[in-house]
Amino acid sequence: MCGIAGLFLKNRALEPELGAMTAAMLEVLTDRGPDSAGFAIYGDGAAGFMKFTLRAPAGFDFPALAHELQIAVTLRDDHAVIQVPVAREAEVRRHLAAGYPMVAVVASGSRMELFKGVGLPALVSKRFGLAGMSGSHAIAHTRMATESAVTTQGAHPFSTGPDQCLVHNGSLSNHNDIRRSLIREHMRFETQNDTEVAAGFLSWKLREGAKLDEALTAALDTLDGFYTFVVGTESGFGVLRDPVACKPAVMAETDDYVAFGSEYRALVDLPGISKAKLFEPEPAKVYFWERAA
Amino acid sequence: MSSALKQMTRIEPVTFDLAADKLRDLSVALHALPPQTNQTSWQILNPRGQHAVAVGVTVPVSIQIDGHVGYYCAGMNDGAVITIEGNAGPGVAENMMSGIVHVKGDASQAAGATAHGGLLIIDGNASARCGISMKGIDIVVKGSVGHMSAFMAQSGNLVILGDTGEALGDSLYEARIFCAGTPASLGADCEEKPMTPDDKAILVDLLQRAGAQADPGDFKLYGSARTLYHFHVDNAGAY
Repeated sequence: MCGIAGLFLKNRALEPELGAMTAAMLEVLTDRGPDSAGFAIYGDGAAGFMKFTLRAPAGFDFPALAHELQIAVTLRDDHAVIQVPVAREAEVRRHLAAGYPMVAVVASGSRMELFKGVGLPALVSKRFGLAGMSGSHAIAHTRMATESAVTTQGAHPFSTGPDQCLVHNGSLSNHNDIRRSLIREHMRFETQNDTEVAAGFLSWKLREGAKLDEALTAALDTLDGFYTFVVGTESGFGVLRDPVACKPAVMAETDDYVAFGSEYRALVDLPGISKAKLFEPEPAKVYFWERAA
Repeated sequence: MSSALKQMTRIEPVTFDLAADKLRDLSVALHALPPQTNQTSWQILNPRGQHAVAVGVTVPVSIQIDGHVGYYCAGMNDGAVITIEGNAGPGVAENMMSGIVHVKGDASQAAGATAHGGLLIIDGNASARCGISMKGIDIVVKGSVGHMSAFMAQSGNLVILGDTGEALGDSLYEARIFCAGTPASLGADCEEKPMTPDDKAILVDLLQRAGAQADPGDFKLYGSARTLYHFHVDNAGAY
């Protein structure tokens, strides 16, 4: 199974509520994926800075690391978000890789933060304080593991490029082959997970200059298996289902937002849902929304 | 009838509010109804997309559900008239035996799957695999249906006022598919058939029972070419 909740706000007045709305949607989908959960949220960015979301074993001293790097840090359970001046990105990455092998850079980008962990979705979202977060769009996932072990690394979302994330309900059958091809294109993978390959494929297409909709169209031709994907970029929100479309998807659109749920249950408490346009995304059709600059 | 008797037999509709009442309590109450019950009118409020609402009802009662439902609503229905004032999730009226299920909105995939009898009316669209493996049910969809609809359908009638997705009637046995719109493609062993007066009478009756505004003359009939019924030795190399 697995459950997906996604929310893309059109009305900026709702941005302070994004985390609370996403947390509520995520928790409803617990029985589709009680193994682990995660979310990516696109909040504020600061000009000249990028955010690294880091993860380390319990007890790791993130404040000391931030002090050593002379950069700001926000602690979130076993994750932390550091503000890295854009000019120092390569230096900070080298510093972490050389001195802190226990620290994983989960995601990076100008606005995206990404948190995930093992356990019931409500507990995972509480640990990271999702309900108190604000932002323009968020993508969340509850996982029932099929293709790789129940670990934090195997939880969704996966991020394989700046401000890019992907969640997946389904399973891919040709991921090993595609992973090998992408490694030859200098893409890096942290796990043996099929979903990470889908994320990597889209990141590779985006890196090569494709727009989000073009990358999703290319995924239809390349990825074999069952999938409903929801993807996020700095300004965009996309949905793609495989041509057989076994994995469920319901969408709601109003003047204020576009919402995605694996089931309608996840959408019932959204504001104005009774007047929303409700639809099932069609198989093999690329859907995406871009945020006006 | 004396006014006292009228008073005695006037039964108020039973209302279940699923925002407060447990779905399981509703199921227990419906399953406990005797065949001759006078408690024939039920209203269900705030289904909120829950799964398995009004499943396995075997008595001829009328159930109105005010809102959207999740998976398997009205599954295994045997005799009840169940109206959904909203959308239905996957597998609505799956394995229905008899009765009527009326979805006022859209239905998700596998609507009416494997159902043996009864009438399923969908006022909106139905998504993929509508009527998959149907075994005698009549389905009327006033909008369009998704891909692989009536896949391996064995018996019954699927009436579609709109268009269909890919592979309509793939690996069909003996069900009739009436479609007024355009199939994106026909599945293996599905072909257009001449419509006999008997076929047309079935279509007219179903349109009328479903309250569908459509000209029977606009429909084409699709059925099985019957070339997959028996193994052909020429295909042995494919295995």
